[in-house]
Amino acid sequence: MDLMQSEDQELIAKTAADFVGERSPIARVRALRDAGDPVGFSRELWKEMADLGWVGIPFAEVHGGADLGLAELTLVVEALGRGLAPEPFLSTVLLAGQLLQRSGDEAACAKWLPGVCSGDTILALAYQGATSRYEVFSPAVVATAKGDGFLLTGQAIQVLDGHVADALIVSARTSGEQGEASGLSLFVVPKDASGLEIVRQSRVDDRNAALVQLSDVAVSASDALAGIDGGGQLLQETIDRATIGLCAEMLGGMQHAFELTLEHLKTREQFETVIGTFQALKHRAADLFIEIELSKSAVMAAARAADGDDVELARYASLAKAQCSEAYVRVTNEAVQMFGGVGMTDEYDIGFYMKRARATELTFGDAAYHRDRWAALGGY
Amino acid sequence: MSDPQAFQAETRSWLEENCPKSLLGKGGGGIVGTWGGRKWKPESEDQRLWLERAAAKGFTAPTWPKEYGGGGLSKEEAKILAQEMRAVGTPPPLIGFGLTMIGPTLLQYGTEEQKLEHLTKITRGEIRWCQGYSEPGAGSDLAGLQMRADDKGDHYIVNGTKVWTSYADEADWIFALVRTDPKAKKQEGITFLLIDMETPGISVSPILLISGSSPFCETHFQDVKALKSNVIFKEHAGWTVAKALLGHERSMVAEAFGGGGGSRRSLADRARAYLPGADAEGPLPDATLRQDIARMEMDTRVFGLTMQRARDAAKAGQQPGAESSIFKVVGTEINQRRQELLMHIAGPQALGWEGEGFAEEELQGTRDWLRSRGNTIEGGTSEVQRNIIAKRVLGLPD
Ligand SMILES: Cc1cc2nc3c(=O)[nH]c(=O)nc-3n(C[C@H](O)[C@H](O)[C@H](O)COP(=O)(O)OP(=O)(O)OC[C@H]3O[C@@H](n4cnc5c(N)ncnc54)[C@H](O)[C@@H]3O)c2cc1C
Repeated sequence: MDLMQSEDQELIAKTAADFVGERSPIARVRALRDAGDPVGFSRELWKEMADLGWVGIPFAEVHGGADLGLAELTLVVEALGRGLAPEPFLSTVLLAGQLLQRSGDEAACAKWLPGVCSGDTILALAYQGATSRYEVFSPAVVATAKGDGFLLTGQAIQVLDGHVADALIVSARTSGEQGEASGLSLFVVPKDASGLEIVRQSRVDDRNAALVQLSDVAVSASDALAGIDGGGQLLQETIDRATIGLCAEMLGGMQHAFELTLEHLKTREQFETVIGTFQALKHRAADLFIEIELSKSAVMAAARAADGDDVELARYASLAKAQCSEAYVRVTNEAVQMFGGVGMTDEYDIGFYMKRARATELTFGDAAYHRDRWAALGGY
Repeated sequence: MSDPQAFQAETRSWLEENCPKSLLGKGGGGIVGTWGGRKWKPESEDQRLWLERAAAKGFTAPTWPKEYGGGGLSKEEAKILAQEMRAVGTPPPLIGFGLTMIGPTLLQYGTEEQKLEHLTKITRGEIRWCQGYSEPGAGSDLAGLQMRADDKGDHYIVNGTKVWTSYADEADWIFALVRTDPKAKKQEGITFLLIDMETPGISVSPILLISGSSPFCETHFQDVKALKSNVIFKEHAGWTVAKALLGHERSMVAEAFGGGGGSRRSLADRARAYLPGADAEGPLPDATLRQDIARMEMDTRVFGLTMQRARDAAKAGQQPGAESSIFKVVGTEINQRRQELLMHIAGPQALGWEGEGFAEEELQGTRDWLRSRGNTIEGGTSEVQRNIIAKRVLGLPD
């Protein structure tokens, strides 16, 4: 694989960066939060992103997509990550959308993906319960056979954008033991299914999420992507891809947080000089720069590995997530420290990044989890 | 490039035919291998033969132009050659500061005559070079160097002392920074000068290190005559050349030490040999060590990817990006952590100095650990590297 951007990719990155700069500054996120906006993002902006072709990047052309890969998608997500844009990329495109696309279930794709690509349909993935932690194969929803179909019962937590989703993909155990890949099924459940209760959750980083309660929600076997009992591997692979996407968001966020910090180091004066002259701070700034450069390489390589259907997809996803988790948290912790007192105020933006860094660290597995997985994949 | 696959096949069969079998799998690279030079005594006839054949083919300096003894290969082809050498298991035919430091600098700043004179001898392993930069009073603040070179028409008379001169006792020539204009600002009175170590008035005294070896020396110059035709670039403009060479040195140090070490045995397999209750496969019984090993492997990989990113950009003709400024710091700090991890893996068996009761690899591990502490000092300390990043890349004021 070549760790370089093509001219087309550079153009995407630039367009996305300009868009975020003009249309999606962090002030927008703050305003949505302060207003207690019931949607939590801008449907108009989402529509615009769809019109720009970004939402459809990874989807087949027949469904209105661009049939490109993570190498392109990560560029857009990285730019959006700079402004902490709250639009539903992670839920609708990286998780549920990719799950549909990769399931090969043409009927389901034809039903949902055109709406996704046009920016009209929001999808969400409900796969974890309060005690699943990072285990992909331990869903909190149980499916019991009833007639030709199943009844789904359980509670999924922090379902991203679940509060506005038109449909949910619910991971449920149809057979086997928790922790096993086999026996997992992925059912598409429309938002108005009876027995479904969705309550919005409030997170420290303001990412939109919902608690999804299922009480005997009836589904049929044909609603299962990748068949009954056959969803485990698909789910894991999709989460690995989404993890790489999330890493791109983290990369964008850490870069912006670092730029804010550098700006502060060059303007804040103490002891009759700007604080950026102090070597104790200079060296720490250099270390943050190093972590960001390393993160860039990890994300770039992981996206390309995923596009090449590399057998090492899982290892690359873990590599990127371990690197970006520690880097983003370190950059933002240090940023707040270097801002001093104002770094602790809600008025300054840097706190938004520190919160988001922590939230992304604890999504799809933290660094220790991914080192553990790396070791297991390496046979030790 | 012609056809990568054809080049690959051709290269592989050439390597298989020409590298003596006794050398295969011997490893090497970094600071282990054939240094060449007038004083060099080959360990075996095969080692000498391998150098001779590789040099004739241009493979000791694959990307240098053919007229100077190089291979004239593109970066792409050189990459294939390196891959094939790894695959076949051939050691590098030649290593040393000629290839990694003064050679690339001469290609950039030398006159045609200087290139013809020195580069060919480097590629054939005939002349071994050492670096005369540091002085007792000039380390990180290198531009404060005091070794004088007084103008005597067509030559200089050089007086002063260099220190930490790696392998000065085995080298044939030295590239030295000397002060030619004591009145100018400190960066502006320096000249980059090549001096034959056999010139009368030069003496070297080896310095014993914590690792028990004496790879570097104090180098004394007393009324040493050095010809002006051996000035590189321009008189008093040596600082420009000096910095360019430091760039080559830093990438060499990063590559040599940051690549994850020479051994093909994985860290986990080493750990199995030392951990009580470890099975031949499956999870290691020590969960902390397991995390540490994974972290080391992952950090090494991410660093490797970052070096690749820079190489790929260079191949596409882009200017070196900001990422290259981090290589020295990251590569050397990874190597230090790696050596420490190897000590942790071996436990009390890591404590051998020499003699009975310790395996060869364990004794080497002790020395490697000690040697690695120098990585963040040599070629510009990690602190100085961070100063450079803060100033040049981040634009933080003095
Ligand atoms: C293994 C090895 C091989 C070497 N080989 C050679 C060789 O072949 N030829 C040669 O010329 N030299 C060689 N050197 C010397 C090397 O380049 C110097 O040791 C190095 O530049 C540091 O200089 P110093 O030892 O005088 O330390 P000093 O400059 O005295 O530094 C002491 C400490 O102060 C810190 N410090 C200094 N200035 C600053 C600053 N501005 N900001 C923050 N911290 C600072 C340093 O980082 C260091 O921690 C070698 C060194 C080693 C360890």
